[in-house]
Amino acid sequence: MISVRGLRKHYQVHKRPPGLKAALRSLVHRSYTSVKAVDGISFDIKPGERVGFLGPNGAGKTTTLKVLAGLLHPSEGEVTVDGHVPKVREEAFLKKIMLVMGQKQQLLWDLPAAETFELNRAIYDVPRLQYKQTLDELVSLLELEDLIQKPVRQLSLGERMKCELAAALIHRPRVLFLDEPTIGLDVSMQVTMRNFIKAYNETTGATLILTSHYMDDVAALCPRVIVIDKGQLSYDGSLDALVQRVRPEKRVVLRLARPVDAAVLASLGRVVSHEAGTAVLQVQQDAVSATVGQALSSLPVTDLTVENAPLEEVMSELFQEGKARRAEAARETVSA
Amino acid sequence: MSLRTSLKALPTLLRIGFAEAVAFRAEMIVWVFATTMPLIMLALWSAVARTAPVGRFGQGEFVGYFLAAFCVRQITSCWVAWMLSYEVKQGTLAMRLLRPISPLLAYATDVLAGIPLRLLVVAPVLAVSLYVVGARAVPASPGGWGMFLVSLVGGWLITFYLNVLLGTLSLYMESSQKLMDIYMVLFFVCSGYMFPVEFFPAGLRTFIDLLPFRYQMGLPVELMTGAHATGEALGLLAKQWAWVAGLGVVATLVWRRGLARFAAFGG
Repeated sequence: MISVRGLRKHYQVHKRPPGLKAALRSLVHRSYTSVKAVDGISFDIKPGERVGFLGPNGAGKTTTLKVLAGLLHPSEGEVTVDGHVPKVREEAFLKKIMLVMGQKQQLLWDLPAAETFELNRAIYDVPRLQYKQTLDELVSLLELEDLIQKPVRQLSLGERMKCELAAALIHRPRVLFLDEPTIGLDVSMQVTMRNFIKAYNETTGATLILTSHYMDDVAALCPRVIVIDKGQLSYDGSLDALVQRVRPEKRVVLRLARPVDAAVLASLGRVVSHEAGTAVLQVQQDAVSATVGQALSSLPVTDLTVENAPLEEVMSELFQEGKARRAEAARETVSA
Repeated sequence: MSLRTSLKALPTLLRIGFAEAVAFRAEMIVWVFATTMPLIMLALWSAVARTAPVGRFGQGEFVGYFLAAFCVRQITSCWVAWMLSYEVKQGTLAMRLLRPISPLLAYATDVLAGIPLRLLVVAPVLAVSLYVVGARAVPASPGGWGMFLVSLVGGWLITFYLNVLLGTLSLYMESSQKLMDIYMVLFFVCSGYMFPVEFFPAGLRTFIDLLPFRYQMGLPVELMTGAHATGEALGLLAKQWAWVAGLGVVATLVWRRGLARFAAFGG
C-alpha cells in the first residue's frame, strides 16, 4: 500500500544571530543552513496495517506524514501510496487518503460541523445514500447527535476533535494519516478516539499511520512501530520487540499491607519507587519468578503485578541511546 | 479535480461560502465601510466641479461615475492575497491541499459567495444614482449591458489573478505583505478608483493603459456610464481579456511551482 525508498526532505533555513547589526547584515548577505528533516528513510506498509511513527520532537515524523499526504515535495527518494505519487496530488489519490492533524482543523469555524460534512460530501463526490449511511454511523459511534448543529467555535476541544475525525472520514479514506489526533484531550476522550480509530481500521480495512506523544495511543493502536530519530529510521518492528530490546527487565509492582524496610526491598531487585503501601522493583526477566516467590514468602504482599517498563521510559531510553550514538560518531569524526 | 466534479460541487461551495459570509456579517459591514472611498472622492470632485466642469465631468457625471465605481468595487473586490499569504504562513493551506478540489477554485467561491450580500448594499446606491443622474447611470442598450457585464467579469478575474499572484509570492518570499501594500496603492491611483483615468496627462495615460489596473475598475465603470462608443468599447474589452488570459496563465504557473516550496509549517 505504501512504499518509501530513500526519502529525504531537506529545508534551507535562513540563520542570523540576534541584534540590529546582524539584522542589517542580513539585508545584504544571508546565510542559509540545510536542515535534514528526513534523511534517507525506507519502509513498506501493507494494506490494513496500523503503524505508529515514534520519535522525539523534530525527529521527522510529521514531515514524513506530510510527504505521504502529498503536502510536501521530497528532496530525494521515491514514495508511492496505493500506486500514486503523492506530490502529484491526483484527484484519485486525494479521494483515497486523509491526514488528520490534532493542531490544525478543517472544520469551518463559524458554521455548524454539519456544514463541513456537507461540503466534504460535495467535494469528494460522495453519493447521497453512502453519505447518509456514513454520517449516521459516525454520529452514532462518536456520539455527535447534539454537536453537529452547533457552531464549531462553541464546541470544546474534545467535541471539536470528534467532529474533525468525522469530517475526515466522510469519504471513507483507505489510508488515514493521524498526526497527534488526541493531543490536548482528556483521558476518557482519548480512549473514545482510540476505540473509534481501531474500529474504523477493523471494519473498513483502511491503512493507518499514527504519530502521537501519548504512548497509550501507540500501545492501543499500533502493533508495528517505526522509530524515526533525527530524520533517520532507527527501528521498524513490533512494539513488544522494541520494549524487549531496549528494556528487557520487568517491573514487579507490590502492594504492601504495612511499611517495609528499603534494604529488604533492595535485596530483591532494583527499587524503582517506594512509597507508602507500594513498591516497584526492576528485575531481570529470568529472575522474575524467583523474585515473585521471595516477595510473596517474605513480605506482607496484598497484591502483585508483573509489567513491562512504561513505554514513555522505553522511548526516552531509546532516544537517549540515539543521542549518545550521534555524539560518539561526531567525536570520532572530529578525532579522525 | 475534474471539471465535472468541480461543477457538481460548485453549488454546495457557493451555498456554504454564503453561509460563512452571513456568519461574518459584522466583518462584511466593516468591509463595506472600508470601500467607501468612491463616496469620499465623489464629495471632493463634486466640490471641484461646482464652479466649472473638469473635462467632460460636471457634478452629475461625477455622481454617476463614483456611484458606479462604488458598485463595481463591491462586486469585483477580492481578498484572496491576504487569505493565501496568511494560510501559507500558518500552514493551514495544507487543509485545502488535502482536498480533491483546486484551492484556487475554493478561494474563488469564498469570494463569489459574498456577492449576494454585497448586492444588498449595491442596490440602494444604484437606485440613488438612477434618481440623481437618470438613465445615464446605467448602460442604455442590451448590448451596452452585455459589454458592461463582460467587463465586470473581466475586472473580477484580473483582480482575482493578481491576488493569487501576490498571495502565492508568500511561497517564494518570507512575506509578500509589502508587495500587497504597493499593489493597493497602484490600484487606488491607476484604476480609476480615486479619479477617472482620463484625468492623467496624455503621455502618462498611454502608460497607465498598458497596466492591468484600469481594466479592473475603470473600464467597467466607463462602460456602465456609457463613456465609450461600441467599437472603442470592444477594443478595450479585448485588451482587458488579454490581461485576463495572461494573468491567468502566469498566476497558475507561479501557483503550481510555488506549491513545491510549501513547507506546511506547524502541526
